Amino acid sequence: MKRAARYFIFYAALFGLWVLLAKLKIWPPYLFPTPWGVGESLWAGFSDNSYWIAIMVSMRRVLIGYGISVVLGMLLGLGVSSNKFLEETMGGLLVSLQSLPSICWWPLALLWFGLNQNAILFVVIMGSLLSVTMAMEDGRKQMPKIFGMAGRNLGAHRFQLFWYVLLPASLPYIVSGLKQGWAFAWRSLITAEMLYVSLGLGQVLMMGRETSDMNAVIAVMILIIAIGYVVDGIVFKSMERHLQHKWGLAPA
Amino acid sequence: MSSNAQNVPAEFPIPIDHDHRVPVRSGGKAAVATLMRPVDAVSADIPKVALSDICLSYRTAKGERLLALDNINLQVRAGEFLCIVGPSGCGKSTLLHLIAGLHHQTSGQVLVDGKAVQGPGTDRILIFQELGLFPWLTVGQNVEFGMKMKGMSKAAREEKVRYYLRLVHLSQFRDSYTHQLSGGMRQRVALARALATEPDVLLMDEPFAALDAQTRDLLHDELERIWAETGRTIIFVTHNVREAIRLGDRVALLTFRPGRVKSQFPVDLPRPRHLEDIAVARAAREVLDELREEINRSLEVEYHDGIKPHVKTEVEL
Repeated sequence: MKRAARYFIFYAALFGLWVLLAKLKIWPPYLFPTPWGVGESLWAGFSDNSYWIAIMVSMRRVLIGYGISVVLGMLLGLGVSSNKFLEETMGGLLVSLQSLPSICWWPLALLWFGLNQNAILFVVIMGSLLSVTMAMEDGRKQMPKIFGMAGRNLGAHRFQLFWYVLLPASLPYIVSGLKQGWAFAWRSLITAEMLYVSLGLGQVLMMGRETSDMNAVIAVMILIIAIGYVVDGIVFKSMERHLQHKWGLAPA
Repeated sequence: MSSNAQNVPAEFPIPIDHDHRVPVRSGGKAAVATLMRPVDAVSADIPKVALSDICLSYRTAKGERLLALDNINLQVRAGEFLCIVGPSGCGKSTLLHLIAGLHHQTSGQVLVDGKAVQGPGTDRILIFQELGLFPWLTVGQNVEFGMKMKGMSKAAREEKVRYYLRLVHLSQFRDSYTHQLSGGMRQRVALARALATEPDVLLMDEPFAALDAQTRDLLHDELERIWAETGRTIIFVTHNVREAIRLGDRVALLTFRPGRVKSQFPVDLPRPRHLEDIAVARAAREVLDELREEINRSLEVEYHDGIKPHVKTEVEL
């Protein structure tokens, strides 16, 4: 209850400050969008369905791209962590590749896949794959060795061992990496969408720029943040909580 | 046990009892006992488990070669309850890992029913010291795990899970997660999970070391009962001599680094036994006298600054 009150006070104050600055008219509205202007933009965007469409298109892309990243990343991470040679060689490469913003792949992606959805997906995958791979590799190392031994001892072989033991055993250790991977996927997606007429949220934002409609730009930024918050705060938080409960790691 | 004799050191105090007494079987519950797979009948002259000339050495972080197990020869009859005692660091846990097939010895052979062990197999199930229960599974799912890996049908598993949970008195906790249970209950889950895989040989690595005395007493009784009911072969590692005498048909004593079989003591006390029995204490005394030398040696190495700590009794009695 108290926490909700604190949240409310903070956001109300932030909003109040925005209203105050807009009312004072220090800057013209095209430089500093007003809350009511942004509100109108949001209303208009949702009532003519353009925001709904943009959200659906972007979500679909990020889900596909991220899904592929998770599957590939887990297999890759498992492979890297189970082989000393790969760990020493690939491990270092993966870390250094992570300093590369995934949008750097865009020019190549355009050549390889053409100016279409697949190029965007490629950038999204490159954005999140490394996080998932490294999380899996790390999780595998942090995971108590006894689970793997117990699994083998009870007769689990290869795929069974991976699916029924190593994967569930590493989940609490990789959930933060999965979360980070999602954040990277989402950012890469928006960036890629901004570069190409693509129907997604990124493109809607760029349209705001081209028509000098800063209200629309802020409105879309709010949407991007809101979606990020919802996925992180609802999907990943509940996953974490569920895992903690199951594993007995919860504070009570 | 003829091959065993040559490996027994000259100072071996008591000759091994060759014609071993049949363990006391408490009145089995015929109705439920039918669910259990009967123990494989093997000819009497082939030991259930035979360790022959097992050596294990490994490289330390400094690159030195360390001999952990030196020429271990041990034989365990089908249905026997063998306890292995020794100071910490004698490699007794490692020995169980070798039998389980989770590690490989440098030389020598582990034979089960006369066949060399190549890797893990569900005919030998190890109960780890840390148990290794799967926290993401419920108690029932933990018990079910081995059977699921074998590809047993859901209906068949269901029946067995119910049976083994009843055997360890945990029927009501089937849907609990393991962290919700007490230490003793978790121990029983591990026992049920191991038994449900229906191994011929149960390997137990200091399973009761972390438990309070009351719980441990209770589990001793239960383990003895389950052993009698199921007829499994048990190899039980402990540092607690009195526990070894309480449970074992025979106690093998390992030396401190490198681990060798120092001596073996048949325990010819009637069952059921109790930790407090005078006869148990007396037998333990005898083993302890020999063990103490090893413990002193291990302490010397541990402190290794030249001071010889002469600890009278560092073992639990």
